[in-house]
This record gives sequence, C-alpha cells and structure tokens, in this order.
Amino acid sequence: MRHIIAVLLENESGALARVVGLFAQRGYNIDSLTVAATEDPTLSRLTLVTRGDDQVIEQITKQLHKLIEVVKLVDLSDNAHIERELMMVKVKASGDQREEVKRCADIFRAQIIDVSPTTYTIQVVGTSDKLEAFIQALCNTQILEVVRTGVSGIARGERSLAL
Amino acid sequence: MSQQNQPELLSGGAMLVRALHDEGVEYVYGYPGGAVLHIYDALFQQNDVKHVLVRHEQAATHMADAYARASGKAGVVLVTSGPGATNAVTGIATAYMDSIPMVVICGQVMSHLIGDDAFQETDMMGISRPIVKHNMSVRNPADIPMMVKKAFYIAQSGRPGPVVLDIPKDMTIPSQKFPYDYPKDIKLRSYNPNAKGHPGQIKKALQTLLAAKKPVLYSGGGVILGRASDELTELARRLNLPVTNTLMGLGAYPASDPQFIGMLGMHGSFEANQVMHNADVIFAVGARFDDRVTNATKKFCPNATIIHIDIDPASISKTINAHIPIVGLVKPVLQEMLSQLDKLDAKDDGKLDQVALANWWNQINQWREVHGGRYQQRAELLMPQAVIEAVHRHTKGDAYVTSDVGQHQMFAAQYYKFDKPNRWINSGGLGTMGFGLPAAMGVKLHYPDAEVVCVTGEGSIQMNIQELSTCKQYGLGVKIINLNNGYLGMVKQWQDMNYDSRYSSSYMDSLPDFVKLAEAYGHVGIRVTTPEELEPALERAFALKDRLVFLDIHIDPKEHVYPMQVPGGAMNEMFLSKTERT
Ligand SMILES: Cc1ncc(C[n+]2csc(CCOP(=O)(O)OP(=O)(O)O)c2C)c(N)n1
Ligand SMILES: [Mg+2]
Repeated sequence: MRHIIAVLLENESGALARVVGLFAQRGYNIDSLTVAATEDPTLSRLTLVTRGDDQVIEQITKQLHKLIEVVKLVDLSDNAHIERELMMVKVKASGDQREEVKRCADIFRAQIIDVSPTTYTIQVVGTSDKLEAFIQALCNTQILEVVRTGVSGIARGERSLAL
Repeated sequence: MSQQNQPELLSGGAMLVRALHDEGVEYVYGYPGGAVLHIYDALFQQNDVKHVLVRHEQAATHMADAYARASGKAGVVLVTSGPGATNAVTGIATAYMDSIPMVVICGQVMSHLIGDDAFQETDMMGISRPIVKHNMSVRNPADIPMMVKKAFYIAQSGRPGPVVLDIPKDMTIPSQKFPYDYPKDIKLRSYNPNAKGHPGQIKKALQTLLAAKKPVLYSGGGVILGRASDELTELARRLNLPVTNTLMGLGAYPASDPQFIGMLGMHGSFEANQVMHNADVIFAVGARFDDRVTNATKKFCPNATIIHIDIDPASISKTINAHIPIVGLVKPVLQEMLSQLDKLDAKDDGKLDQVALANWWNQINQWREVHGGRYQQRAELLMPQAVIEAVHRHTKGDAYVTSDVGQHQMFAAQYYKFDKPNRWINSGGLGTMGFGLPAAMGVKLHYPDAEVVCVTGEGSIQMNIQELSTCKQYGLGVKIINLNNGYLGMVKQWQDMNYDSRYSSSYMDSLPDFVKLAEAYGHVGIRVTTPEELEPALERAFALKDRLVFLDIHIDPKEHVYPMQVPGGAMNEMFLSKTERT
C-alpha cells in the first residue's frame, strides 16, 4: 500500500542524509521525497511517499522516530489529507499542435508558463494521479522534458503536525 | 560578577579534555595523528583523563566497548582522521550491533579543507552513519562542551549505542580560547528516551503470565544494559518461570539457579529450545528475536502469546509479532510488575496455576535429561568444553570472561556458568573476530583486582595479537585461553556439515609458536597439549596474579558445537551430536 509520511526534522546538516540513508540501508522504497524549511527555520518538513505492507510501514515509522533529529512524524494516509504535486512539462508545439496542447492544458487547469516558437512549457498542480493523467492526455504530443516536485501532503481539518 | 565566577577560557582541545573529565571519564583509548595533535597536547597538560595507547585503533574501540559492557558507562575512543577513523569502524559497528554506549572522537581535517580530498580526509560522518546511534560534527569550538554532553547523553540513554564526534582540526587550535562551562544536563526536543511502560499493558502482561500453563522468560542483553537482573530474578522466582538467556543476556539470571534452563537459539540448550517451542506464553525482556534465536520465523513457537518489553519500539514486532508490547526501560517496567504483583498478593489474588506449572516443570526436567550439555571425553585429547569447565573452577565462576568469535565462543557461553551480569563480554551481534583480547584489556584496566579471562581461538587471537604490546605497557595481567584447534573451527564445522568436509581455507598453516610469541612481548606463555597438563598449567597461570599468561591449549581439532539448530527449522529442531538429531 502507498503511504504518505510527513516528518518534522531538525533543520541541521546531515539530518536529511540520515533519513535517506535509512531507506537505502533497510531496503525501503521511496517513491518521492520533498523537503524544505518551515516557517520556523530550525525545522524542516518532509513528505515521503513510500510503499509496503503494514509491517513494513510500521518499521519505517518506528525507524524514522529513532533518528535523533526526527522531531515528529505522522502517516497522513491514516486520515483524510490533501496531497499536491507540481509538474512542469515541456512539449513540442508548432502548427496545429499549439492549439491542441493549449486545449488539453485548459481541461486540466494547467498553465502555460513559457512559450517559444516551437515549444510550450506547461505547469500542472494536483495529485500524482492527475499529473499522470495529464501526461497520458498529451499522448499525441512530443514531450521534451518532464520535471516533478514530488508530493507534499497535509492533513485535512484541524489536525496539524507542529511542535 | 566576581573574578571566580568568570568562566575559564580554554581552547577547543582543552575544553574537550575538560568536558571528558567533567563527564567522569577516567580513561580514553586511542592513537594520535595529525588531526588530533592539539587534543593530544591538551591531554598531555593535565592528569585527570588518562590516555591508553593501543597498537591499532580497532583495539581502542573494543577496549572502550568492553569497559562499557562491564561498567554500564560509555567508553571513550580518540582517533585521528582518515585511516585512524576507518580503523575504528569495525569496533563502532560491533558496539552498535550490541547497543553498547560509546563516544568516539575522530579528528578531521581543517574545516576549509573538507571536501577537497585533503590529506587523511575521509567522510567519517558518512562512513559511520549506518553504524552509530548518532553522529555530530563540530562547527564552532564554543559548542564543544555542549556537544560532548549531548554525545554522552545520547550514547547512554534509551537504547544505548555509539556516538561519533567528528572534530575538524581548526576547532581545537590552542591559541583560540572560549569560555568553558559544562552543562549539567541536556534536553533535546526530538529525543525522549525514558519510557516507563504503559501500566495497562503491564497489567495485561502480568495477568497473562499468571494464567500461563507453559510460560517461559526469555531475556536478552537489554536486561544487562538496563541493570535489571535483580528485578528479573525476583519476578522469575515469584512466578516460577523457567528462564532462558540469549547469548547477550547470559548472567542476567544466575546460571546455577534451578530455574535456569540455559542459553537458547542456534547453539542453545535442548531444553531451552524445547521450552520456547512448546510455550504458551513467551515473556521476552530486553531481547530482540534475533535470527540466531528464532531460527525460521515462520515456524517460530506456534502456540505462544508473546509479551515483549523493549525500550526500542522498532525492536517490537520487527520479526516476530508481539501480542502484548510494552515500550519502556526494562527496570522500571519490571519494578511496576513486581509492585502490581505485591498488590495482588496482598489481596490474596492472582494465583498461579500450580498444577499446570508442576506438569510443565516435569516436562522440562525430562528435556534436561536428553542432552544435558554432554560431550565426549577422551583420554588422549583435551576437549574444549572440559577446558572451560576447568577455567570456571579455577576462577570460582567469578571472572570477567571475554571471547572472540567461533566455536570457542560458544563453548565459553555454554560451559562457563555465569551467575552475575556484566561478566560475559562478547560480540554477539556483529560477531567480530579480534574482539576478545582488547575487550579483556578494557575490563582489566578498570578492574585490576578482578580475574579477567579471554577465551579465544588461534584464528581470532591473531586479528589483534599486536595488543600484547599494549598489555605489557600498561601491566594488564589478563589470562588468555587460546583454544587451539588449528582450524577456523566454526567455519570448519559448517564445512563438515554442509560441504562434505571440503575445508576451503579454514585450515591455518604456519601458526606461530604462541609461547615464544607471548614471551617475545614480555609475557608468560604456557603450552598445554595433553589433559594431564591442564590443571597444573591453570594453577600456575592464575597464581601469576599480575602477569599476562598466554595459555596455548591444544584441543581436539574435530570437535563440533552442539546442540545446533537445523537451519531453516523450528526452534526445537536440533542436531545433538554428529550422529543424532531431533
Ligand atoms: C572479522 C571476522 N572475519 C571472519 C569471521 C567469520 N568467522 C566466524 S568464526 C570463524 C573462525 C574462527 O576461528 P578461531 O578463532 O580459530 O575459532 P574456533 O572456531 O576455531 O574456535 C570465522 C572465520 C568473523 N566472525 N569475523
Ligand atoms: Mg580455531
């Protein structure tokens, strides 16, 4: 099963390496990982997307907890939550294609953020599924480049992961 | 502010040494080099913290480690950058696998050179990351006292482990001084290691034990580390539980007690493995269901309800699912169990099922007859088991026994009946050959009046033989029992059992004359080749109180360690000798 784990981490050098190293050492999957400092500059917030059965996920959360620099963590998938990912796609766009790509972007509420005589660069925000659907929808278009941020997640409602 | 209250100004190097002293450190084990010269100069200029110069950094780590195992306090290592630090890696991993508190101070090249592939630069933060509880690099000399405090706090609290402190050379420059103030304690918002255990879970565990018909107490290294032998022993006696200890837990419950059923696992006793397999309640205390204990996890103890106390939640339900998990330090949890038991007793409540237990003990006593630690006695050849029994007699069972890794280690574990905790000192998790001699040195240095015995093999001893020189320098009168079978015996045993006795590189040709070698290092060497020579040799060795005596004891080269679990089987599937299996 796919799980989204949110982690508050001391914003210290080496702390991120410890998290990533843990996954490599113990053979856990990372589908994606995002990280940046929070409004409190001493803390970083990570969102980790991983896969595994219940026992593996339990070990992952316990092992993460053991890292001295991990302050708090929560498995967002346990409850209602929101996840977002940002993707930028550069596609070949000339002639008839330009109109078709534009229409497709509109349907996905994507934005064209850069234009050249032969290309469009499109930004899409949404769940990972939506991003994948958009790539599918572009199947008649030549994709030059795709860059994705990985998933960020947050709990719905009043629950929050904070000190 | 008066003059006296002004904090003293010290260099980074001097602060480090002073902080160690303020932490109560008496000895540091290490080896100098470029990156730590300022620190060594600071050590030279004071007398509180003494430095022990080993002959190889690995030995420094094992000395510190064994000191920690015997005393419960973190041992301290000091090594230089690059090769000094990498030589310490095996010792750090050894401590990590057995959860031993240790602080390893590694020199590093100057901050501005880090990343330039400077002379003797290695990324020790990166190298050590998977084998430490934590590591830290000093960025500002003024932080040194706080970081030392933090290192000891992390190493010694919760589930203990090694902590590496990486110190670039420019953090210790003698001319740059900073106000010194050693923090009394430290709090980390991200680390709270003092779990006491959930009272509700503890109650549930006690009820389960009281109702059990075939219980067993399976205790591990956590009881030794957590200094909870007394509580464990009292609880076991009051609940009339058979007790088995892991390799790491030997001595936590007295081996001479009638309720002790021996070690469990791969080379555990027949009765311990049978009791585990047939138990209806397994009470696991500070043990981690290691693969050398459980054998095939799918076949593990099919009928048991499992209660598991551990300070590390990640150890609970990792390989074997626990029905009643209790996260907490073993000592307060066992104390809570005892006090709940007192309350039940006062109400004349919570009675044991005496009939069921009597039947269970009957069954256990029958199992005890099956193998009973028997081994073949030979007139012409010394048996390793007999040597360990003789050493036990000569030391009245009261020695600190360190060991290396191999058959000799298992014989020592099986036949030296440990009645006290912290006396059996071996590398259980990593299985590090070369551990035994430096470990014995670390213990002897701190307990000079105690008998310290290193049980080793001719293979293992040669992995850190150079330390005989350190022993001479510091007058460390340890007794080395070299169970010389001329083979990497444990490897040979597996080759006998699984590879039709094809001894691929398990025979050591050209062994040194260990007696002459010991003498060359300034010690006493005694060779024993026949059973008659053993008693007088031990007599002589233990009479030489302050001398290191190297007993090179030639034993039956063909002997195997039994019982031995059948690989891939259940706990109770065992070979009992070369010709018998369950
Ligand atoms: C550093 C290291 N290398 C290799 C091994 C694998 N190993 C385990 S036991 C053993 C043989 C040890 O031989 P010896 O010290 O003579 O002990 P014996 O088994 O003969 O009693 C070996 C090679 C190990 N445990 N540690
Ligand atoms: Mg040998």
